[in-house]
Amino acid sequence: MNAIIAEGLTKTFGSGEKAVKAVSGVDLSVDEGTVVGILGPNGAGKTTTVRMLTTLLPLDSGRATVAGHDVVREPQAVRASIGLSGQFAAVDENLTGRENLWMFGRLYQLSSKEAKKRADELLEQFSLTDAADRPSKTYSGGMRRRLDLAGSLVIHPRVLFLDEPTTGLDPASRLDLWDVIRERVSGGATILLTTQYLEEADVLADRIVVIDQGRIIAEGTADELKAKVGGERIEVVVHDPDMLHRATEILQRGSGGQCQVDEHTRRLTVPSTAGSKGLVQVIRDLDEQQVDIDDIALRRPTLDDVFLELTGHKAEEKETKDDQQSADSVATQGGAK
Amino acid sequence: MTAVQTSPGELAPKSAGLKQVFQDTMVIAWRNIRGGLRVPDTQIYMFIQPIMFVVLFAYVFGGAIPVQGVNYREYLMAGIFVQTMAFAVAPASVGLSDDMHKGLIDRFRSLPMARSGVIAGRVISDLASQFVVLIIMMICGVIVGWRVHNGIGPFLGGVGLMLLFAFAMLWVGALIGLAVGNPQVAASAGLIWLFPVIFLSNAFVPPETMPTVVQTMAEWNPISAIVAAGRELFGNESIIVSDAWPMQHPVPAALLWCVLITVVFAPLAVRKYKAAASK
Ligand SMILES: Nc1ncnc2c1ncn2[C@@H]1O[C@H](COP(=O)(O)OP(=O)(O)OP(=O)(O)O)[C@@H](O)[C@H]1O
Ligand SMILES: [Mg+2]
Repeated sequence: MNAIIAEGLTKTFGSGEKAVKAVSGVDLSVDEGTVVGILGPNGAGKTTTVRMLTTLLPLDSGRATVAGHDVVREPQAVRASIGLSGQFAAVDENLTGRENLWMFGRLYQLSSKEAKKRADELLEQFSLTDAADRPSKTYSGGMRRRLDLAGSLVIHPRVLFLDEPTTGLDPASRLDLWDVIRERVSGGATILLTTQYLEEADVLADRIVVIDQGRIIAEGTADELKAKVGGERIEVVVHDPDMLHRATEILQRGSGGQCQVDEHTRRLTVPSTAGSKGLVQVIRDLDEQQVDIDDIALRRPTLDDVFLELTGHKAEEKETKDDQQSADSVATQGGAK
Repeated sequence: MTAVQTSPGELAPKSAGLKQVFQDTMVIAWRNIRGGLRVPDTQIYMFIQPIMFVVLFAYVFGGAIPVQGVNYREYLMAGIFVQTMAFAVAPASVGLSDDMHKGLIDRFRSLPMARSGVIAGRVISDLASQFVVLIIMMICGVIVGWRVHNGIGPFLGGVGLMLLFAFAMLWVGALIGLAVGNPQVAASAGLIWLFPVIFLSNAFVPPETMPTVVQTMAEWNPISAIVAAGRELFGNESIIVSDAWPMQHPVPAALLWCVLITVVFAPLAVRKYKAAASK
């Protein structure tokens, strides 16, 4: 069974010259009990997609079903089956953590008693018990974020939407949240999470969907995506520029891949498939050949690498493409009329 | 018999819906009151401002503006009550725009709650606080010399009318708050237009002293009808020399205005809520 199905979702904000095509044709199908990670740079359309799937935003076109209910025709049934934690913590800052969770429980139509019980459990689970009876306005950003996440878990939602859930969390809280997510999945929930971090998607998601400018540009498991990006690299900064040549030979031999050399920064980059073993081997070889190094690292592909590889442009280069895109959308609109 | 037996079953889902609307409204009203009381702004609004208005107007203007043949302090009090009830626009507009600004409206909309719960809860909680404000003002009024001369029935009618007017104005506030969507702007947008409307009425001075055109505006101003009705119900002296219908029949006019304002603005506010929330 598919917990989330989306076909040809589109959303344009504004009209005429100012029109922004936030989502232009997103298809998704997420199996029940799995985690899908939506990856993309700022403005890619992640939040807009989530908002359409959670009934907050009308669809311009396309069709979507969540937990077996059509988001347009049966929004209330969708709402009763989902939990949502938006990109920015949305809790009542004048209420305490406990009161916030009780309120969300009541609005999920739990009885007062059930809502109270759930609030206690969640405060415990999200390490907020000590702060439970303080107005949430006195919480730190990360605590507020945790409270917001707890709010999305008041019922045991069949489908959970988390928009950048770990942004602003300290490492310990991040790991805690990962545990919560895994626990929910083993309990049968389906989770759609957006993130900027490939690493996070890598750890949590069964499938990853990469979107840019409202379109899906790649899709697959973490390994499949990494393979597309070229996997891990070893990066070496050589101390002495005269040693660049010798170091290049060593690296080439170790990996068989093409070694990129930046003479100015004395940095060498080479693809590696052997993981940390490969790294150890390279260090050994360099040492044997008496090549002094300033720095060496095994670098995993980052979101930037994915983008460079998949779109041929870096996330920062978005601006120019944006302009071009809005020009396109104007043209299409004009043509349609 | 059969009809009696089947109809409750058919009605059940509908009444469950109503129960849910009521329950969700009360939960939202609870959170507004509970949270609101923790905010110094609300405390000032609810407890300091009404006392200040009564005392200020009674002692500063009370002696300065002579209204012929009338105890001006008594004349003034209904005007101050109505002004303060009209200010209900402020908490409603600030409250809702704040919820929108902070993303809470989105959160509420993702929950399986009644869609009307957020606005209705706002109106209920603000009406409750306006009630408290009114009681505080009336007590202060009595302390500075305001008296009720018509007995308990008309007095309660007067209190009811004040609250009905606050109720009507809360929908205006809800609409403004949802249209503006920013609490800072809502705070001034909610009130700025109210001052001229209130001063262009019989709240503080008799319209007879105004130039003819302004006088006509004042006579037909809803505020004037409510104030005149208040004076009539509380039995406070006022000399009505105007022939305008609302001034001759202040209580029906006041009720009509309250109903009219509600009937126009409540649906507009609800529509705005639906539109604003899906931006
Ligand atoms: N309400 C709105 N009105 C106008 N434009 C909007 C609105 N919401 C989003 N957009 C635009 O739609 C595009 C996609 O935005 P969206 O918030 O979905 O991106 P995102 O992938 O979530 O980005 P981020 O990583 O920054 O959260 C952006 O260009 C944004 O400016
Ligand atoms: Mg976003």
